[in-house]
Parts: sequence; structure tokens; C-alpha cells
Amino acid sequence: MSATTPTARRATPRRRRLDSSLIVGIALVAVIAIGAVLVASVGRNFFSAGNIRDILTGMSVLGFVAIGQTLVILCASLDLSVPYVVSLSSLIAADLMAGNPANIPMAVVAVIVVAAVIGLANGLIVTKLKVNGFIATLGTGLIIKGYLDTNYKGTSGQVPWEFQLIGATGIGPIPVSTLLMLLVALAGAFFLARTRTGNHMFAVGGNEQVARLSGIRTARPLIVAHMLCSITAALAGLLLASRLGVGSPVVGTQGGYDLLSIAAVVLGGTLLMGGRGSIWGTIGGVAIFAVVDNVMSVMQVNPFLKDVVRGVVIVAAVAVYTSRSVDRRRPRFANASAPPTGPDGAGGDVDGNDAREEARA
Amino acid sequence: MSAATPASSSPGAVAAAGEPVLVAEGLEKSFFGVTVLRGVGLTLRAGEVHGLVGENGAGKSTFMKILAGVYERDAGSVRLGGEEVAFSHPVQAARAGLATVFQEFNLLPERTVAQNVFLGREPKRRGLVDRKAMLAETRALLAELGIDSIDADAPVRTLTVAEQQIVEIVKALSVDARVIQMDEPTAALADHEVELLYAIVRRLQARGVAIIYVSHRLKEIFDLCDTITVLKDGALVSSGPASELDTDELVRRMVGRPISAYFPDPEPGTVRGEPRLELRAAGNAYVDGVDLELRAGEIVGVAGLQGSGRTELVEAVFGIAPFTRGELRLDGRPVQISSARQAVRRGVALITEDRKAQGLALNQSIADNALLVIRSVFSRRTRETRRELPGVLSSLELSSRGLDQEVQFLSGGNQQKVVLAKWLATKPRVVLLDEPTRGIDVGAKVAVYTLMRRLAKEGVAILMISSELPEVIGMSDRIIVMHDGRASAELPARSDEATILGAATGTLRVGGEELR
Repeated sequence: MSATTPTARRATPRRRRLDSSLIVGIALVAVIAIGAVLVASVGRNFFSAGNIRDILTGMSVLGFVAIGQTLVILCASLDLSVPYVVSLSSLIAADLMAGNPANIPMAVVAVIVVAAVIGLANGLIVTKLKVNGFIATLGTGLIIKGYLDTNYKGTSGQVPWEFQLIGATGIGPIPVSTLLMLLVALAGAFFLARTRTGNHMFAVGGNEQVARLSGIRTARPLIVAHMLCSITAALAGLLLASRLGVGSPVVGTQGGYDLLSIAAVVLGGTLLMGGRGSIWGTIGGVAIFAVVDNVMSVMQVNPFLKDVVRGVVIVAAVAVYTSRSVDRRRPRFANASAPPTGPDGAGGDVDGNDAREEARA
Repeated sequence: MSAATPASSSPGAVAAAGEPVLVAEGLEKSFFGVTVLRGVGLTLRAGEVHGLVGENGAGKSTFMKILAGVYERDAGSVRLGGEEVAFSHPVQAARAGLATVFQEFNLLPERTVAQNVFLGREPKRRGLVDRKAMLAETRALLAELGIDSIDADAPVRTLTVAEQQIVEIVKALSVDARVIQMDEPTAALADHEVELLYAIVRRLQARGVAIIYVSHRLKEIFDLCDTITVLKDGALVSSGPASELDTDELVRRMVGRPISAYFPDPEPGTVRGEPRLELRAAGNAYVDGVDLELRAGEIVGVAGLQGSGRTELVEAVFGIAPFTRGELRLDGRPVQISSARQAVRRGVALITEDRKAQGLALNQSIADNALLVIRSVFSRRTRETRRELPGVLSSLELSSRGLDQEVQFLSGGNQQKVVLAKWLATKPRVVLLDEPTRGIDVGAKVAVYTLMRRLAKEGVAILMISSELPEVIGMSDRIIVMHDGRASAELPARSDEATILGAATGTLRVGGEELR
């Protein structure tokens, strides 16, 4: 008991980990800085009002979808049905509005109700039938796709001018659609932090066993997450309808919102296995995508190269996150106290820990 | 730490005169026809620390889990504060004032201390989670326990194991538990952290909380407990004041059973040969200063408590978390093993503790599992091994429907035989066994023991980790005892259980070496 007092032990530094959303913020600033330099190199101004507006506009649709996806992924599930919900919502909205501004409220309510029902179905399939979220939402997505392909041969409906304003106007350089998206993000972050259901999403996604042993009804957070995810996808559909002026059966799939939203969530520091993450990280991830896309458009990069760059960004981001993962077992003996007789250097300890992590995985 | 012993019993003795808060009588429980608890009961008083001791399999955990509502009892009664209770869920028990700190923590590493403490019953204000109240209450409880090192707003993953343990205790306190059960609370703690736990237990005691304290470490039992209940083979041996017992008497009551007769004798013609595996001052982040010599034909047992570094020792030899200091020799030559693959190539086999997670691909066939290592490391020998496989499996008395049966449908014992066959196929020269008979029936155990004897005769060197002391004593030519990451003692064959337990719990100092 003599040599090692509690204070001496505490002196060994804990491996500090930066808060995920902070890292995303730093990455975003770095991407903006690099982008600004690149854009300047072709003689354009990255920070011009027009360009800022372009970037923010590019964020709004994916932002809506990714907010909902964040909730679902936090619960350790996935939602692959979002692009079809986006398309379906744009069609329902345009058809019901039929060019008449008086129909707007009714159409919006109808779209949200339909989305909520789809989300409820997803949630019930995942929690009650115990079908993996990936498969469950792939299935519901295909069902919606079948419905769309059967009933719509092309664009349909007519969105009145008043509703189109949402997608077209802005306050200064900030588009209204992006403001609405950020409001929804704020609501989502508040929901996660301040409601029990929101809190329990972290528990269910982090360790379902612990959640259950703590007396949490584990189905509820999952179902709510799936419903909210479908609803935010529906909001994205409404926004697209407003921009296009019509509903389209392919607008969601063309946008690739299923995989892009998942990528944005992961880019934002949320664990794909659930239990850790934040809405603001996701918004950061969406912003990074928007900036990268914008820079490439301004520089007139070959469109295939764009996808290559996106791919590199996603893989690099996740590689950075996993390299920061913690050791689950704490070392009992510091290597500093090693007698110098060891066959290899003190650096070997780090490798040892990594190997252990692999073995445990 | 030793100075604490005489002082500790006096304040407790006063409090022990409190009202009975929990009376358990005649608890019985059996699983699949095997009785694991027969007529066990105890009386717990306010402010009392009640030690519950016994060997592995004595029924301590089952007893605790019945009280906590994890298991339902078959017979008997439990009264909490005078009222008959039968909980069906740990949360229900906790809300009634009986909280349990399990060995496996129920914590979410990514959430803060306060969020974990109030998980599932977050305080609400105007329909929203009241974070301020959560933080304030958690801080108050931490302060009450005299803990100032834990930030209530820090994620649990940033805490040490000891601090996480404290969070579990705070969780118990936050439901205003009158009874707290602690299952091996020091198993994962370093010595100086144990002191902190002692302080907390005494504070709880002073508050009038009654504590059921389960530990293998007899020193802790005597340091902390006012009353000691001894279980053996699922039955009550004794329950009475700690002052009436000493270590020797306690161990006698816990053990008091002849070593079972089913350990086969060494096969005739087994000879102790050349050193196969030697360690000199070997260490890494988890074990330190290990000296060991393992010779051909020898079976060396490794005893020690959970968390003492036994598994870490064999994992280091096997290259999973390689040694970073000292020397490792195989067949007299210094070698470096930095991956499991290298270990296999050099003739080392490791039968892991958790066969389902680490030993088998459960949804693959017996043949695929048995050929796994051969295919990946010695692929040229695959055909030959496949031909020999039926013979090897029948010599292990594997009962199955055929080589293409999925291993998940086999019993634990037969699964273990598949694991053994997998490693035998590599023709190992050093075999490391980590809890080779955990969770398997007696027949399979005997098959494992017989195999070990046969391998020894063939000149294989065997290192066997086991928590079952009779097994260690019955099979080993020598016994290494691990304590706190070090090999604290080397004992001869047929050492008695009290000596081994003493070395494993740190109550017996071998060679006068002071523990950290």
C-alpha cells in the first residue's frame, strides 16, 4: 500500500477524447478553409452571398432526412426507406394541393400522417417482429417503390405558388428552407436532451440489456425514432415538391438519400452501432458534404470524380473516429516502470492494446 | 491496510444491534432438476455488513439473484421490512429498497454519471427531463459518500473501474435502498481502490443501510463484515458474528470436503522432460514480473481470483497482448510471439475461457470448426487432418449426429470437445487451457482430464487456469497463484485449498513479499 497512493495513480493521464461534434466542427472549418483557397485559385469568391446561399440550399433536403436518420441510428437501427418516403410525400403533397393554396394545410397534414404511419410500421416490424432495421426498412421501402412505380409514370400534381415560395425565398443569403431545417434540428436536439424518450434512445442503442434492466420499455424509443425519421423524410419531400412545383416518383431515389443520410450521420460522429451521437454532429456532416459538393461544382470537377471525393471523405472520417476508440480494459502496469531488459521497446504496449481490441471485437 | 482490521469491527458491532430489515428463510432453487440452493436463509439488520462466502458453485450468486428478483425461488420466504416480497425484476426490487450491485456493471459508457444514475427514472419537470435536478442529486449523493473525484457530468467511459463501481453504488443509493447487495465488488479493483470502497461501505453502514457483501477475498470479509454466512454446495453451513471466526476456521467451513475422486492419476510412463515454455520477468500492461518454467509432460495449474491476471497471462503467451518486457523461451530458445498466428506456428494452443464467443463458430459444422486452425495456418495438412478427425473425435467421446452438425446444437461438454479437437489437430507442444471445464457436465470434465493426462504422457506441456480449486489440486504437478497481475506464489502439488486461497486473496504472503 505504500508506493502507489491514489493521487499517484491518478497522475497517469486519461486518454482524452474530444467531443465528437467538436471534431466535426473542426473538420468543417478545415474543409471550408481548403475550399475557400481552392475556389479563390480559380478566381471566385467562396464567401460571396450567392455561393453561401448555394451551399445552404444544398444542405436543407439532406439535412431533414439526416436528422431523422440520426435518431434511428442512435437506437442502433437503420432506415433505408427514406428515399421512397421522400418521393411519396412529394407526390401526395402536389396531388392534394392541386394548385390551390387553400389545400396547403390539409396536404401538409396528410403527408405527415402518411409518413408517421410508415414510420410506425417500420418501428413495429423492428420491435415486435424482431426484424433487423436494415431489412425491415428495405422491405417497406420496396413496398412503397412498388406502389409508386405502379401508379405514377412521371411527375404529378401541381404545387401552388405560395408553397413554392418556401423553397425559393430567403432572408438575406439564408434560404427559408435551411432555416426550417435548422429549426427541426434544434427541436431534435432538444428532444434528445430533454425528454425521457430521447434519453432512452441512447440507452436502447448503447446497450439494450442495460436499458431493459433499468426498467426501460425498449420498444418505445425505437418506434418513436422510426416515426420521426419518416416524418423528417416527409418534410424533405415537401421541400422538394415546393422546389420542383410538382411531385415526382423518383426525386428521392435520384437524391440517394438513404445512403447519403447514413453517411452524413456517420460523418457527424454518430456510432453506426448506436448509443453515441448528436444532431449537431449530423448537421456538421451534412454541411461538410454541401461544402465539398459546392467547391467541386464551382471548380467544374468531372461528376464521376465528385463521387470519388465523397467516398474518400466518408472512409477517411470513419477511419479517424475508430482510431480514437477507447481501450476497454485498463492497463494494470504502466510500461514506464518497465525494467530496461525487455526485448522490445516501450512502444510495444500500444500495439498490444490494439491487438487486444481486435481480439475482443 | 492491515491496520484497519481491528478498528473496523467496533463501529459495526454497535449498528448490528439494529432492526432486522431483511429476513430470508428456507430458500430453495433448482435448475433443470439440479438443486443449487437448499433451505438457505439469513437475517440482515440495519447498519450491518453481512458477508456471504463460499466456493464457486456454493450458491452465493443464486441466493443474491433470488433476492434481487433475477430468479424466482422454488420455495422459502423473503420479508423486507416485515413484508413478504417476491420480486420478478431487479428494478422492482430496487424500487422496493433492495438494490444490487452486480459484478457486471449495468452502465452506459457514453452517458454521463448522472444520466446513468437516473437511467429509466429520470426526474421530470413540466414534462421534460430535469437535468439540473439529476446533476444536483447525483452530486449530493457523491458528496455523501465522500467522493470528490467523480464529476457527475462526465461520461462514464472516462471513469476508472473503481469509479464505475461507485456509480453503481450511487445508483443503489439514489433509490433510497435499505439493503444493498454487492457481488464481488473488489474483483476488478486495485488495492488502493479497495480502500475507497471500504470507506464507502462504512459510510453506508453509518447511514443504517444493510449490506450483503459477497467476496472471495477473506481479508475483506474480516475487515468489513459484522456477520458471516457460509454456504457450501447450496446449503447453509453457518451464520454468525464475524468475531467468532478466524481465517482458518472460515476456510475449513467453506471447503471441508474431500477432493472428488474423479481426477485420473497420471498415466504410467509420463516423464518430466525438457523445459518447453519459460518466462523470465515477463510482463505487459496487464501482468508483471512473471517467472515460469513449464516442462514437457507437466501439468501446471494456475489459480487466482477473477481479475488477477490469469487470462491475461496466457493471452500474453499466445500473442494476443504480447509481453513487452522480460523473456519468453520455447524449447529453450528465446522467441518473440506477437500474434496468435505465430503462437500457433510455434506449437502453442490456447483453449479460451469463453468457448461460445472465442472458441467456436457456432453456426458452422463440427468438421468446419475442428479444421478451422489447420485450414488457416497449416493448410497443407488439411486433408490429412480431415481423415484423422473422426478418430480424434471418437477418442474424445464426442456424441453428435455427424460431422456436419452445427456446433450450436451440441451440449457445452461436446462443444468443448470440438474446441479441443481443433487444437489437437495442430499437434501442439504447449497447451494453454483457460477454465477448460467451465459449464460442462461431469462426464465431459472427466474426458477433459483424461485427455490432459494423455497429452502429458505424449510430452506436451500443459498450463491450466481454473477457478475450481479441487480441479487445480487434483490435476496439477505444480500450482502457480496469481494475485493482482503477478505470480504471487508457486506451490507444490497437492497443496491444500486454504493455502491456495490464502495466496490468491493476499492474506498469505509467500516469502514475506509485501504486496503493493
